[in-house]
Amino acid sequence: MSETAAPPESPRAFLRLAFANRSFLAGFAVTLLVAGMALVSFVWTPYDVTELALGDRLQTPSPEHWFGTDHFGRDILSMIMVGARNSIAVAVVAVGIGIGIGVPLGCWAAARGGLVDEMLMRFNDLVFAFPALLSAIMITAIFGPGAINAIVAIGIFNVPVFARVARAGALALWPREFILAARAAGKGKTLITVEHILPNIVSLLLVQGSIQFALGILAEAALSYLGLGAQPPMPSWGRMLFDAQTRMIVAPHLALFPGLAIVVTVLGLNLLGDGLRDVLDPRLRRQR
Amino acid sequence: MTAYLLNRLAVGAATLLVASLVVFAVLEVLPGDPARLMLGLNATEEAVAALRREMGLDQPLVARYLAWVGGMLTGDFGTSYTYSSPVTELIAERLVVSLPLAVIALALSTAIAIPVGIFAAARRGRAGDTLAMGAAQIGVAIPNFWFALLLIYVFAVGLRLVPAGGFPGWGEGWSGLWQGLGALVLPAVALALPQAAILARVTRSALLEVLGEDYIRTARAKGLPQRVVLRSHALRNAMIPVLTILGLQFAFLLAGTIIIENVFYLPGLGRLVFQAITQRDLIVVEGVVMLLVASVILVNLAVDLCYALVDPRLRTRRP
Repeated sequence: MSETAAPPESPRAFLRLAFANRSFLAGFAVTLLVAGMALVSFVWTPYDVTELALGDRLQTPSPEHWFGTDHFGRDILSMIMVGARNSIAVAVVAVGIGIGIGVPLGCWAAARGGLVDEMLMRFNDLVFAFPALLSAIMITAIFGPGAINAIVAIGIFNVPVFARVARAGALALWPREFILAARAAGKGKTLITVEHILPNIVSLLLVQGSIQFALGILAEAALSYLGLGAQPPMPSWGRMLFDAQTRMIVAPHLALFPGLAIVVTVLGLNLLGDGLRDVLDPRLRRQR
Repeated sequence: MTAYLLNRLAVGAATLLVASLVVFAVLEVLPGDPARLMLGLNATEEAVAALRREMGLDQPLVARYLAWVGGMLTGDFGTSYTYSSPVTELIAERLVVSLPLAVIALALSTAIAIPVGIFAAARRGRAGDTLAMGAAQIGVAIPNFWFALLLIYVFAVGLRLVPAGGFPGWGEGWSGLWQGLGALVLPAVALALPQAAILARVTRSALLEVLGEDYIRTARAKGLPQRVVLRSHALRNAMIPVLTILGLQFAFLLAGTIIIENVFYLPGLGRLVFQAITQRDLIVVEGVVMLLVASVILVNLAVDLCYALVDPRLRTRRP
């Protein structure tokens, strides 16, 4: 954490490097696919996910239903498409909460130092002492299950993560000459943070963002598996797995496809993050 | 060394104190009156009021908080609203499932991850490395509860090697122990593998970082075999990040048991707290959460201690 990333000079250079990176390319393609699937589901799905067709229950994969049907005769592929919407929405907003609150806090601590910094770090320690999933379960149980509360529960635990990353990045920048020059020019700490610190820690935040995004997808799946995430009839990947569990002997495909959807999405995001880190952080690039 | 430890200890104690305040405050804002919940909707106001008095719910907040913390310090976690038995007893009953589960999972994950990490680092860029890290990349992406479902399908439903869920208890003698372990195998594997994937990646990158140092080149130049360089020069210096992640993973494992115990219907702490939350059995939730937070803090203290053991320079320096 002592050295900061030296990002490629221009957006163009970044793109050239990024698309030459296999990890980034694969992750980008998968992420695009999942996001595309979620977007398409707003206007079209192979079948209506709210429509029950009890005559078609528990069908195995076929040309009509590529991934088969569930215990209500709903098309699994359609449910996975709509479920992607839910997973992405929860993870995006949770990361947004983490960045929106965590980054200003981290930058503030780095700029002020002393007591403010010490208090922020102790607050971080405190949040880290609570197993995140346990607290998320507590929050959703207290305020009721549902997508919104799941977002808040996951988002809260992103705050100290981004605060820590932003603080570490900013602390490494403050002693640098160009910051010194800005201070000599009479700029205040806030202005320096906005104009010079933030643009230089964007790459760190991007990489952490992709990691937290993937973790958010996993956490959302866990919460909805426990029945604390999005509520039926809104399909969610975790809920589909919960429903699959009791029917696994008769219809194992029910558990296969939602699980694969989670794995592929998280894998894609992690590859994207790895690729971004390689491209944005030359020090790490050399090492791999 | 002593100052370093005392400092860590003080920070840990302070964190625990604040955590107790947070837990108490959060659970006090919960809607719902535990006394009313226990007696049901048909109970008379007098009966509810009497029970509230008995449970101490009519006391002022500060007095209740002090009584709660004081009780916990003497090992008395209060009485469960729904089970009507001491929370300490409930926790002890469940701990015999959750603790072995977490320990087996942690041991398994470490036993897999560190050799794989070393293997990959030693073969950096070659087929073995690519394969191991590819597998780890996939392992990180697998949700443990889905992996658990796959394990159940293959080993319990298909091959019928182990039970699909439930816990027979530890029983008598070796056969009882064997039965108990049998019920914990799949849950432990399900918990361990995704963690092992993360740990293997951390071990590899920590080793690679160290392998670039000058003293490694010196060791190689002395003609030491690769095995010795890796084991006695590189590994020890790469242990700090590995230990950090191990400590963090303990918290993940604890949280993971909540889900995994629900998948396998194991009567452990995770299931206890999950059920207690849905039943609004606050005193149980408060007790279990404080216990989990305390164990996370303790493990991190142990990790700090290990840092000092691994790296003598840290013994004199403030963290």
